[in-house]
Amino acid sequence: MAHIVPVRTYLMVGLALILLTAITVAVAYVDLGPLNEVVALAVAAIKATLIVLIFMNARYAKGPTKLFIFMGLIMMAIFMVFTMDDYMTRQWTLFTQP
Amino acid sequence: MAVPTLALPQKKNYINAGSGLKSWLLTTDHKRIAILYLISISIMFLLGGLMAALIRMELLTPAADLMGSDDYNRLFTSHGVVMIFGFLIPSIPAVLGNFLIPLMIGAKDLAFPRVNLLSWYIYMVAGVMVLWVLFNGGLDTGWTFYTPYSSSVSTSEVLPTTLAVFIMGFSSILTGLNFIVTIHTMRAPGMTWFRMPLFLWSMYATSLIMLLGTPVLGITMLLLFAERVFGVGIFDPALGGDPLLFQHFFWFYSHPAVYIMILPSMGVISEVIAAFTRKRIFGYRFVAFSSIAIAIFGFLVWAHHMFVAGMSIHAALIFSLLSYLVAIPSAIKVFNWSATLYKGSIQFSTPMLYAMGFLGLFTIGGLTGLFLSALALDVHVTDTYFVVAHFHFIMVGGAVMGYLAGLHFWWPKITGRMYSETWAKLAALITFIGFNVTFFPQFIVGFLGMPRRYHTYAPEFQVLNILSTAGASILAVGMILPIFYLTSSLWSGKRAGKNPWGAAGLEWETESPPPQFNFDETPVVTVGAYNYGPVEDKIG
Ligand SMILES: [Cu+2]
Repeated sequence: MAHIVPVRTYLMVGLALILLTAITVAVAYVDLGPLNEVVALAVAAIKATLIVLIFMNARYAKGPTKLFIFMGLIMMAIFMVFTMDDYMTRQWTLFTQP
Repeated sequence: MAVPTLALPQKKNYINAGSGLKSWLLTTDHKRIAILYLISISIMFLLGGLMAALIRMELLTPAADLMGSDDYNRLFTSHGVVMIFGFLIPSIPAVLGNFLIPLMIGAKDLAFPRVNLLSWYIYMVAGVMVLWVLFNGGLDTGWTFYTPYSSSVSTSEVLPTTLAVFIMGFSSILTGLNFIVTIHTMRAPGMTWFRMPLFLWSMYATSLIMLLGTPVLGITMLLLFAERVFGVGIFDPALGGDPLLFQHFFWFYSHPAVYIMILPSMGVISEVIAAFTRKRIFGYRFVAFSSIAIAIFGFLVWAHHMFVAGMSIHAALIFSLLSYLVAIPSAIKVFNWSATLYKGSIQFSTPMLYAMGFLGLFTIGGLTGLFLSALALDVHVTDTYFVVAHFHFIMVGGAVMGYLAGLHFWWPKITGRMYSETWAKLAALITFIGFNVTFFPQFIVGFLGMPRRYHTYAPEFQVLNILSTAGASILAVGMILPIFYLTSSLWSGKRAGKNPWGAAGLEWETESPPPQFNFDETPVVTVGAYNYGPVEDKIG
């Protein structure tokens, strides 16, 4: 059941996480306009994926465990879609004011 | 501790398996942990109840008699925090769920017994923090911690309280995780999913919400923390944030949390109604799947708490529609329970009285929920006593009645003793009457426009408020009576046999109280739940 991951892999991932953190910090000092946020979020997403897949062993998860990890992602999607629905349609009105 | 006297020189059971405080505080037995939870949440319930009594006393007259607005704000906030996070959320899962899940599936314990004990300790740490806040300045934001008041205005104890709620969340997550893994992996041979008692289906659905929703509560508390302490702009417009975002975050957990409180009660009601009508629950699969449907659809309705907060009309329409839809699975349950009563051999024992109370009160609570999902009507009654009455019908009329039904139903199993039926029936009746007299007038006074969360009100509302306070004193009697007859049953109660109600289910096939490892040998299941035939011979 439990898959044994070599310590080396953990160390490599740990190193990658530190490097990515460095990138986030470095990019904060460069003005890329709206791209700053895109880069920061992309780096954060990569880090989260690494942690979930390797540190949390989700890569080797089977059956219900995999389903539950997936459900966590669905929850996040639900939250973002419906919350954005509120923000994107704030300006809409049902009836035009006289 | 007086508990060990329960088990006289009798058979070995979980209570006399070890003695001394240490054997309780370091136990990994799910049954003992359930008892630890029972004691701790009862203390929370009493404290919360005491605060409710103070609130009702203050509202006896339109003027400010006992306290000013600052103290009143702290009072209703603590009432909410203590009752919701300290009592309602853990109540049935942590006490009855902990005790019964392994027994009902024929297992020796939960999947992670030590994690189970850890979740109690986490609960205790958070509980003590909440109590500390109570006696050291208090909190005045309401249990919802709305921004921007909580993040940049309030000078009360926001940080320790949100930290406590954050910590308490982990207790809930661990309990949910433990239950899900246990139900997936530890069912006895022959215990298929569709042979499981409906209580287990509802505990499974509850655990899903605990596992998937509670982390969002934790995140919300952290974000609030980050803004208050480090000035990170998330909710404060002056820092580039949006106050409504807090409400999205908060209700994304806290609406499903309503189902964490009510789903377990629904599970109890299924067990009790089956046992006291001697019938299989009508439409078993529908009732089972409606629990899962509630858990899933419960995540899609949160913004019905925000209709007047300034969110978009488009989103409001969608959330209104979805809130109507979530009523369907609840209605399926109510109709199926009613259909189960049809031609059943009904026996009005105490648990059944509570269950009948639940049916009526939950239905009123649910239907008034539909009033509130209607956009136009909601504008009229938002933040009035109508809302207060609505959710007390769900949480007291629903969740607490279900908890009491379950506590009375399984009390003989937990303690090995019978309580006095006469006193218990009387208490159930007093509770039902007291509850209605307390909260029904609040529907009217709310509809007439009395706002919630004020310690003073317009004089024309006084008659209904007096009625409500009078009801609260009746309700208090109904809540205090069980403390006496249940406690005294530990010493003087008649010994309960294995199965005093003649009910079906694995938990009734082992001793009362159950032995340390639940069953002498692993049971093999050959029939579905609620296998009621002619059962006279079963009682004993
Ligand atoms: Cu809600």
